[in-house]
Amino acid sequence: MPSYVDPSKCDGCKGGDKTACMYICPNDLMVLNVEAMRAYNQEPDACWECYSCVKICPQGAIAVRGYNDFVPMGGQVHPMRSSDSIMWTVKFRNGNLKRFKFPIRTTAEGAANAYLDGKGGSLDDEKLLLETELAVPTMLAK
Amino acid sequence: MALPNKPMGELPANPNPEIVEHDVDVLIIGGGMAACGTAFEIKKWAPADLKIKLVDKASMERSGAVAQGLSAINTYIGSNKIENYVKMVRNDLMGVVREDLIYDLGRHVDESVKLFEEWGLPIWKKDADGETLDGAKPAPTLRQGGEPVRTGKWQIMINGESYKCIVAEPAKAALGEENCLERVFIVKLLLDKNVKNQIAGAVGFSTRENKVHVFRCKTALCACGGAVNIFRPRSTGEGKGRAWYPVWNAGSTYTMCAQVGATLTMMENRFTPARFKDGYGPVGAWFLLFKAKVQNGLGEFYANVDSVKEELNKFMPYGASAVTPTCLRNHLMLNELKAGRGPIYMATDVALNAFLDDRRAKGMDEKSVMKYWKHLESEAWEDFLDMSVGQAGLWAGMNIEPEKIGSEIMPTEPYMLGSHSGCCGIWTSGPMEDWVPTVDGPRSHQYKWGYNRMTTVDGLFTAGDGVGASGHKFSSGSHAEGRIVAKQMVKYCRDHAGFKPELKQTAAELAAEIYAPVVRFHAHVGASTDANVNPNYCKPAGIMMRLMKATDEYGGGVATYYMTSGKLLNICLDLLRMLREDAELMAAGDLHELMRAWENYHRIWCVETHIRHIEFRKESRYPGFYYRSDYPTVDDANWKAFVNSTFDPETKEWKCEKVKCINIIETEPWI
Repeated sequence: MPSYVDPSKCDGCKGGDKTACMYICPNDLMVLNVEAMRAYNQEPDACWECYSCVKICPQGAIAVRGYNDFVPMGGQVHPMRSSDSIMWTVKFRNGNLKRFKFPIRTTAEGAANAYLDGKGGSLDDEKLLLETELAVPTMLAK
Repeated sequence: MALPNKPMGELPANPNPEIVEHDVDVLIIGGGMAACGTAFEIKKWAPADLKIKLVDKASMERSGAVAQGLSAINTYIGSNKIENYVKMVRNDLMGVVREDLIYDLGRHVDESVKLFEEWGLPIWKKDADGETLDGAKPAPTLRQGGEPVRTGKWQIMINGESYKCIVAEPAKAALGEENCLERVFIVKLLLDKNVKNQIAGAVGFSTRENKVHVFRCKTALCACGGAVNIFRPRSTGEGKGRAWYPVWNAGSTYTMCAQVGATLTMMENRFTPARFKDGYGPVGAWFLLFKAKVQNGLGEFYANVDSVKEELNKFMPYGASAVTPTCLRNHLMLNELKAGRGPIYMATDVALNAFLDDRRAKGMDEKSVMKYWKHLESEAWEDFLDMSVGQAGLWAGMNIEPEKIGSEIMPTEPYMLGSHSGCCGIWTSGPMEDWVPTVDGPRSHQYKWGYNRMTTVDGLFTAGDGVGASGHKFSSGSHAEGRIVAKQMVKYCRDHAGFKPELKQTAAELAAEIYAPVVRFHAHVGASTDANVNPNYCKPAGIMMRLMKATDEYGGGVATYYMTSGKLLNICLDLLRMLREDAELMAAGDLHELMRAWENYHRIWCVETHIRHIEFRKESRYPGFYYRSDYPTVDDANWKAFVNSTFDPETKEWKCEKVKCINIIETEPWI
């Protein structure tokens, strides 16, 4: 299900130092054509449809069209992602619509505790940070 | 009209890249769950002056197998016994596993899950009435004793669309953004010039600029996932991208470690998941949360009939468990398909309506039933939307509403991995504790040699999909394993403070090797009016298709219902030998294509180890994942053993050997 870019919405992230879709694509598919100042998916048959580009695009310029070797035309799944939830619109080939909203995060972006001051104990046992006990197996083979 | 004799893409590759050299103590290669675990944990143990860098082929926020998100965490021990976790993994993987590694993982994994929740991952809970609450509703956390929503014994449900973003954030913060290099693809590990069998560095290139990065390090973690697009997929057009496992995993972990002499284990193991056909949506929640059953084409729920029980009796003790091993579930499904009783359907309609009928039977009024249905429908769709949106897209395109009609299930093409229901990977040391067996002989036979999760190469560690013979870690276990490695790498640096890594090759020699496909492109592109068809070189896209055709037809792919034989495997090895030679003729016109070229070098090597191992093991250990027609049964008497293989980087020779498998956890009762 390759992603595609709507040229009327894409502004190439204004040629800034970070083109959002190019920054995020895990498979290095999204690229910016500098002359057109528009992005495109350079290898649609390597697209995992992970929607990372769709979710991150600041212009809402990216959508997904089902893989042409097995998905009939006309349906579409499209997200709107905010900082704490995601709203999905599922449009069926027959025109029916469904909407679903799910939480995605319970803390503010940037608020995850990295335990910057956390210090481990002895390097010579197997306990990790925050672990005070270490189990050993008791139901042993004879 | 312009002729097509130009590089593709937008970032042309220049034959003379800039060379950047880095000196660090610790190099973390990869940015997925395991590497994020290491990044989070390592500074808690490291002295302030230890230099640590992480290198990711993509962006940590959305890299690795969890990039898209997940709807469940499949390993959370909770109130279960860790020993029972070991028993479950051992049985699912047909007996041949490293129980020390599995137990060790089990005792650290819950702390990772509790951290995820603290960082902001919504985890479903049960309320006082036993109803499910989504992860954003107020409820006690796991740390506070909150009760997660269990599907199976080991799985818990989450709202996991942003799982990877949430895990990457503290990993980056802990290591420092300046120490995380993204869009750099490490393609080779490097041994030390003076100290035998000691890691000394790695080399890779940027996919954004014409730069080769050369690293010198004392210790390295290589955790770059499993291998995908190694067998011809069922969808060979655009849908080839809809791989079940992340399509960007190219076997880099196995190949890079093997090439410097790290012993591999159980590379014959593969995972052939049965998933919703074409969209490859997950089936776990349908089986476990919604209690759905599979129907054959005759409408029979074939899994519970007497003939199936008889079939499972052929695979004892494995076939006796309440949850049938994953490969044997496939085996039963394949028997139906081969007998012409396909297609196989997940009866989603029957399952969902059973929930509604149950509520009605308990006296729920129709309005409340409809409200309950909305909740159930949302849960059903979230399972796909969190982690496999393409399946939702297929349902939308096919007008499928799961409460009205079932959906087809099909075993996919095979994958290689070590963290899911598969266990190929690298042979590593277990923890240096008394309960871990002491075995004489070389490291390739031992269970412990100084540093937990260190490979047989000094200073080289792996985690997640990299660690072999220890499956069912999934996302949480991979993160925990990364944390285990973090501490061990710091310990390694402490114990080897005097070691000064020195590389065998100069940076310029390494750069020339890495950029050879670019040089080849520029040398020969003028010989044809089309850059993709040239008598002097081949392109990565074609090489990958050639690899997948060879494995599919001779290595037991979907073309033969996963059947192969000694004869076919040896033909496959011949084809791979020529493929490996021709891969030296790959050409790349732009940086993206250079990445594809190196991914293919990695794929070809790791597939070759897979075929070698299947050829060496004279039995069919995983019916349903693959079969050998010449040795069609599970042969516990002769083959309840590991197959380990080692490539000697000096002599370039492979050695396969049988290695004793030791049960640490009680075998009576087996489950």
